[in-house]
Amino acid sequence: MLREDAILSVPVSAHDHVQGNAHAVVTLLEYGDLQCPACGSAYPLVKQLQRRYAGNLRFVFRHFPLAQAHPFATLAAELAEAAAVEGQFWAMHDWLYENQADWVPFGAAGLEAGVRALGLDEAAIAATLRNPAIDAHIRSDFMGGVRSGVNGTPSFYLDGYLYQGDFDTLAHRIGHAIALQA
Amino acid sequence: MNLLAAGVAAPEFTLHSTPDQSVALKEFRGRNVILAFYPADWSPVCSDQLALYNELLDEFARLNAQLLAISVDGVWSHAALARERKYHFPLLSDFEPKGAVARAYGAYDAQLGLAQRALYVIDGEGVIRWSYLSPMGVNPGAAGIVKALEALPSNNLQKALPADVALEAS
Repeated sequence: MLREDAILSVPVSAHDHVQGNAHAVVTLLEYGDLQCPACGSAYPLVKQLQRRYAGNLRFVFRHFPLAQAHPFATLAAELAEAAAVEGQFWAMHDWLYENQADWVPFGAAGLEAGVRALGLDEAAIAATLRNPAIDAHIRSDFMGGVRSGVNGTPSFYLDGYLYQGDFDTLAHRIGHAIALQA
Repeated sequence: MNLLAAGVAAPEFTLHSTPDQSVALKEFRGRNVILAFYPADWSPVCSDQLALYNELLDEFARLNAQLLAISVDGVWSHAALARERKYHFPLLSDFEPKGAVARAYGAYDAQLGLAQRALYVIDGEGVIRWSYLSPMGVNPGAAGIVKALEALPSNNLQKALPADVALEAS
């Protein structure tokens, strides 16, 4: 049962935030919470993998806010989605993780610093944040994750299978998959 | 020890949820119950099984299910954990006689003196419909629970019946 419940149940689509070559050999997908410290620790390691495997690795981020544990996780996810409307999803995603220790203690006020840092129009972002489609997207990401067997944050899927292990082994697996295709 | 299988009547129990409150399984007749046995309070939050379930209470309610989590920890530990993690479901204390309910459900590790990481879905008649044992260190997530609840006939009424009958039944 565990195996079938640890398979990505929602395929990567145009609704997703995707970085890298659409024809990459390997797809790494993260279900993450933007306030989660463990996700913050994983962030530079994902960046390392992206640099190392460049055009061979595609990276997808989906929202999995643990809102009771992390009271600003949903607002941060909404902010990233509002930034996405301005074409700035990844800039906001990166800012939120790189500055997590600085904004989290200040909550919503801390998040405003991200809007300014990216030079986004504060009024436009505030209006977009109220769009119910944004919350629907986040909830849809979340429930798709639950059905895929996400059991905490971050959860990583390597080519559609839940990966539970350390980053060195993950890097090795990605390298191996790429070598097999070469 | 083996878990109880689907089709078996769920053993009755009454356990403390707080120092002065108890919860009995039979109080939930007519609703589905998710029993989540877990080894111990205070596992790290980002990977915490119960933190995940806490985010799914609306989804469980939509499927007419109440979550009850059970460990051998005492009521004061449970109370502190529920407050700290903002859990909105009962944490039951299988403390005295220690692990008796976990034993009745085949979910007790006598060597460690801890409940195993076992999941049960019990229907509104008190019959076990699904059970799953996860290795102690592996958080099983919620995919299995959601699928088991969705498969219950009571949650499939609208789909199973012709549209006009379903309308009358609703």
